[in-house]
Amino acid sequence: MTLNGAWHKVRDDATLRFMMVAAVFYGLTTFEGSFMAIRSVNSLSHYTDWTIGHVHAGALGWVAMITFGSIYSLVPWLWKRDGMYSARLVEAHFWFAIAGTVVYVFAMWNSGIIQGLMWRTYNESGTLAYSFLDSLIAMRPYYIARATGGLLFLIGGCIGAYNLWKTIAVGKPAVAVPGDAPALRPGGLAAQPAE
Amino acid sequence: MSMFGLHYRLERRAIGFVLAIIVVASIGGLVEIAPLFTIHQTVEDAPDMRLYTPLELAGRNIYIREGCYACHSQMIRTLRDEVDRYGPYSLAVESKYDHPMLWGSKRTGPDLARIGEKYSDEWHVKHLNNPRDVVPVSIMPAYGWLLRTELRTDDLSLHLRAQRTVGVPYTDDMIENAARDAYGQANPDSPQAESVSRRYGKETTLRAFDGRPTMLTEMDALVAYLQVLGRLTMAAQKPLADLEGRR
Repeated sequence: MTLNGAWHKVRDDATLRFMMVAAVFYGLTTFEGSFMAIRSVNSLSHYTDWTIGHVHAGALGWVAMITFGSIYSLVPWLWKRDGMYSARLVEAHFWFAIAGTVVYVFAMWNSGIIQGLMWRTYNESGTLAYSFLDSLIAMRPYYIARATGGLLFLIGGCIGAYNLWKTIAVGKPAVAVPGDAPALRPGGLAAQPAE
Repeated sequence: MSMFGLHYRLERRAIGFVLAIIVVASIGGLVEIAPLFTIHQTVEDAPDMRLYTPLELAGRNIYIREGCYACHSQMIRTLRDEVDRYGPYSLAVESKYDHPMLWGSKRTGPDLARIGEKYSDEWHVKHLNNPRDVVPVSIMPAYGWLLRTELRTDDLSLHLRAQRTVGVPYTDDMIENAARDAYGQANPDSPQAESVSRRYGKETTLRAFDGRPTMLTEMDALVAYLQVLGRLTMAAQKPLADLEGRR
């Protein structure tokens, strides 16, 4: 809760927002993991796309988002830049990433629960109501949604890569030295004025 | 409040806190590990269980290579709907020669634990060659090259030897004749065929799995493997009372 009194920064700064959202996804995914270990839940969720949704909430929502946040913090610092090449592109990346993750995870939650329910549904005569192929056909819209979510996330990643490339290749160094490799110049970094 | 007070004091003693963490963590460990000491009482025995033949083992390696386990499970749970859909639930003993086990965790396609002899060899060859030919709505990839690729047999002895290292009771005789037996199993009229059932038991299926006896392909191996799934032992088919009685 070190953000107390500084929550406006989460609103204004997409890098910090990446980390904040990552922490939320972390909590959500670990709680969901314990929930899914309960036998009655697992009997429905196991073998279905629910598991896939769960791991992607962790992989995209937590691991990738915290990584993006860290990269956006570290790269300007490592390459001695004032900041990222474009703050608006960081903002765009954030919205692509969160939209992609949410679409993906919701698609998989839905398809997983539908799959699980179809596999265990009996009709009135006491036989299984759906064949495996029925459940496969029912997955189609969710697999399309999943691909869309993944694509959004990937587009965000490409925007991020472009922004990082621009930051490193053409961004102005924070120190006012001609050329882009101040560390290699005689005298080294220590001789340069601080930013 | 006294609970918090205790914790507050504990947190300030490094050794005490470490010991407390060990005690708490061991509770979870004991609950999970202790039951394993009684595993010999909980895992069934299957005296009728036979080994994978070299051809089936080669097919199993192809199954792993092509990543079939990513979309197909081989583990039927003890739930009514799974038993109704796929057959008798899987027993631990059925995986005893599976190194590594291929239970899987996702069913994009159906479970395969009881697929053996459910469909004909011809169906499997057609299905693997192009799944849409036999199941129009299938989303499984086609594996057409299996029919065109000759099976590598020169390293089969080494595969059997590796399995023996981890506890599968292959004999020296089996290891030595692995390549020969692989050829014989897929070519029932060849002179090599007879010794396959002598080494691996009369339950072994000797067939030209891909429909062409003279050429030993990867398709032969994979179909041979699929046709033996769930059929290494009939333990799971027996009523539960029968198993209890034998113990």
